[in-house]
Amino acid sequence: MEALDLARWQFGITTVYHFIFVPLTIGLAPLVAIMQTAWVRTGNERWLRLTKFFGKLFLINFALGVVTGIVQEFQFGMNWSEYSRFVGDVFGAPLAMEALAAFFVESVFLGVWIFGWDRVNKKVHLACIWAVAVAVNLSAFFILAANSWMQHPVGARYNPETGRAEMESIWAILGNNTLWAAFPHAVAAAFLTAGTFVAGIAAWWMVRLARTKQPESVELARNVYRPAVILGTVVMLVAGVGVALSGDVQGKLMFEQQPGKMASAEALCDGEEAANFSILTIGDLSNSCEGVRHVLEVPGLASYLGTGHFSGPESFLPGVNDVQEQYSEKFGATDEAGNAISYTPNLAVTYWSFRLMIGFAAGSALLALAALWFTRGGRVSDNKWLARIGIIAIPTPFLASSFGWIFTEMGRQPWVVAPNPTGIDQIRLLTMRGVSEVVSPGMVLTSMIVFTLVYGALAVVWYRLMHRYAIEGVPMTVRDESPEAAGDDSDRPLSFAY
Amino acid sequence: MDLALVWFFIIAILWTGYLVLEGFDFGVGMLMSLLPRGNAAHREKERRVLVNSIGPLWDGNEVWLITAGGATFAAFPEWYATLFSGFYLPLLLILVALIVRGVAFEYRGKIADAVWARRCDVAIQVGSWVPAVLWGVAFANLVRGVQLDEAHQYVGGFWALLNPFALLGGATTLVLFLLHGAVFVALKTDGEIRARARRFAGVLAVVAVVVAGGWAVWAQLAFSVTWTWAVVVVAAVGLVGVALTNRAGREGWAFGLSAVTIVAAVVLIFGSMYPDVMPGLDGGNSLTIAEASSTPYTLTIMTWVAVFLTPLVILYQGWTYWVFRRRLTVDHIPAPAGLTWKKIKESAF
Ligand code: HDD
Ligand code: HEM
Ligand code: HEM
Repeated sequence: MEALDLARWQFGITTVYHFIFVPLTIGLAPLVAIMQTAWVRTGNERWLRLTKFFGKLFLINFALGVVTGIVQEFQFGMNWSEYSRFVGDVFGAPLAMEALAAFFVESVFLGVWIFGWDRVNKKVHLACIWAVAVAVNLSAFFILAANSWMQHPVGARYNPETGRAEMESIWAILGNNTLWAAFPHAVAAAFLTAGTFVAGIAAWWMVRLARTKQPESVELARNVYRPAVILGTVVMLVAGVGVALSGDVQGKLMFEQQPGKMASAEALCDGEEAANFSILTIGDLSNSCEGVRHVLEVPGLASYLGTGHFSGPESFLPGVNDVQEQYSEKFGATDEAGNAISYTPNLAVTYWSFRLMIGFAAGSALLALAALWFTRGGRVSDNKWLARIGIIAIPTPFLASSFGWIFTEMGRQPWVVAPNPTGIDQIRLLTMRGVSEVVSPGMVLTSMIVFTLVYGALAVVWYRLMHRYAIEGVPMTVRDESPEAAGDDSDRPLSFAY
Repeated sequence: MDLALVWFFIIAILWTGYLVLEGFDFGVGMLMSLLPRGNAAHREKERRVLVNSIGPLWDGNEVWLITAGGATFAAFPEWYATLFSGFYLPLLLILVALIVRGVAFEYRGKIADAVWARRCDVAIQVGSWVPAVLWGVAFANLVRGVQLDEAHQYVGGFWALLNPFALLGGATTLVLFLLHGAVFVALKTDGEIRARARRFAGVLAVVAVVVAGGWAVWAQLAFSVTWTWAVVVVAAVGLVGVALTNRAGREGWAFGLSAVTIVAAVVLIFGSMYPDVMPGLDGGNSLTIAEASSTPYTLTIMTWVAVFLTPLVILYQGWTYWVFRRRLTVDHIPAPAGLTWKKIKESAF
């Protein structure tokens, strides 16, 4: 393999891995903050127990989000130095802002939150977790600003002397319509992930306790886990609607901004009106149009997703062949070496990742419906199926998010910075031009192997800890450790220590 | 003043923040098996004293690195691109070290098991020793100059980075961080471990004068400019001050002075790089501040952001140092709260 392919695999592996932890962090931080707020306001111990329980799971997850994020920050320069030269003037700013405005807040205040139960006043302690919750969402905003610029470059001009993109307006970059669709979408997906996580675990516990038929256990199920199921379910419902609405907006933007991505998402070879949305496509999708067979289709839906029209001339969707023709004319049919440039993303990956992203939402939907039904009218359910659905649903939004990114990024190929159809043509960069020139394939391979091994080992530890701490359940006893309740006795052992 | 120059300063400040702050937590990490004494149970308690002395702080310290990286990308894209692709393998090692170290801090207490704790301690130590050396190697190479082609691409390869001057630079950061960590432990703990840390710091201060002094003089004679001699003097006075105040039991002063020494080292490094961000070997094809910098517009935006946010960061980060100001002793360490190994294994699927 060449350095380019290796660098792409390397980036894909490390980024998708980072994004396993990210959605749970973004969604769970606010949920833990809500639980703790409920405790501080009502004094009801149930909420303190839930805060401690989900807080611990949150921290186990957060640690891996942090350490894998550092790699992300450095690998643009390491593997994609030509890309970094080309976009740095524009792209570095949101990254630096993310660090200054978000990462400092989240890491500093999380430190106080973890160790500060008996050190700072109750309200200040609560404010710390809220600061973390806001900051993680802010960090998503800035990094998505950077990513949205690669999807739809705005607010920049081209400098022919340096051959680089230069920032013209930070407001245009932060106001990019792609960003304002992607940010709600990714955040809603994160809340869906966290809502499913909370509801799934709490449902499993509720059923497990209710089945013992011991009065105290049933009481625990009613008193502590049922409210958590409800909280998680409400979050899932709201976030689910948010994901669908923002995804719909993204589809329309994608049609205008990256027609090649839209076409390959549908494996649509030649443009048509009233294009159908296929649910199942067979045949050889290996980037040649010949073998594509759509078997199961919803009439006009693909056109609707892209254009807002089910039929008629306005519903016309260009196919990958149309895009290839148009781009070859505009950006050249061959590279310097005379090889033909394909402007078509990998059809199989793009097509299926799009469907899997949407499809995996079914896991959360099923859990939300089951939870609503089995807890209706104050019921504490002991139905085994609810517990099973809870467990099965938990990984589905993680998978959906991963496929969402794989779709977004693979669908953008062959571009790393996709040309903006209404912008400046020179602001565009083929992925193959972005890779570091001085880094040898052997070096990339080394780093890829090292990261894969380290990440693999960490995944095992993460999973086992998450799993086992979830099985542990809420703590049996909790107490108010705040200095105002327990007194400030500095000779006392720490209330929390590593 | 020219904004690119302002950003050269800001980047230097960010690295200063990073090396001063994470410098001591690297030091504490490296001391994990050097300081604790006594029987196994007691040693474990002392190790936990060490881990918890930096537990709430290390992640905030590391963000200074992330910010330095992001700010370099924003303000000096050419520098970011050349440096990070050129120093690929050392950076890879640093990244892996930081990964295992961070995870080990956070997960050490999650499983109450002696074997697990030992493994995490290995990760913490590897994760602290490796970057403590490699940051010095990297910066010493920037002082010395590296082989660049006309397009400012680094073409020297990996082994060229391990020249004697750079290796001595690595030894310098290593000793400085060890010392910084030891005076931090003396400042933040109490009991036997505090006394041991002070004794150790006394020895280290002498070693540091020799190693860091040797490196600084070499840097001055071979690669640097005249005015940075003043910085070398400050560093020397700082180190002697650490030795004296440490002996006198003025731990706050000792810590402050070891921080001053690290600041002086950063000033020496950036002072000798100026007006380049990547000096070429023997002055050839150097990448200058002006060539590497972003456009004035980007720099203006970033200046506003930095001017508003950096003081705020210093303020709230300072506050957390105040919240956790209390000295720790083995008596403050609660019983392990993690789950047992057996429980973790039971539920493996
Ligand atoms: C939509 C959200 C999102 C996306 C797309 C990314 N991240 Fe991330 N990142 C986060 C959301 C996030 C977070 C939720 O804010 C994390 C997870 C855990 C944490 O501490 O913060 C985080 C952590 C995190 C850290 C460690 C911060 C710390 O020490 O506190 C760094 C340096 C990065 N990220 C950098 C990146 C880069 C360069 C990315 C682009 C490839 C990236 N992240 C993708
Ligand atoms: C903002 C957060 C980002 C996320 C979550 C993300 C996610 C992804 C994903 C899922 C892939 C597909 C991996 C694969 O299938 O091999 C990918 C590929 C890639 N991304 Fe991104 N990406 C992000 C930002 C960026 C940025 C900022 C760059 C700038 C260099 C970038 C450049 C690439 C490249 C070059 C590839 C390889 C192309 C390929 O393998 O097809 N991405 N990314
Ligand atoms: C209702 C169904 C959904 C629709 C119509 C939809 C639509 C889209 C579209 C069009 C994109 C690509 C944007 C682009 O490349 O410009 C996208 C990306 C993405 N989707 Fe979805 N999506 C849906 C469900 C989900 C679900 C359930 C999740 C996860 C829980 C999810 C997570 C993501 C993520 C993480 C991305 C990449 C980041 C981004 O561009 O925002 N999506 N989605």
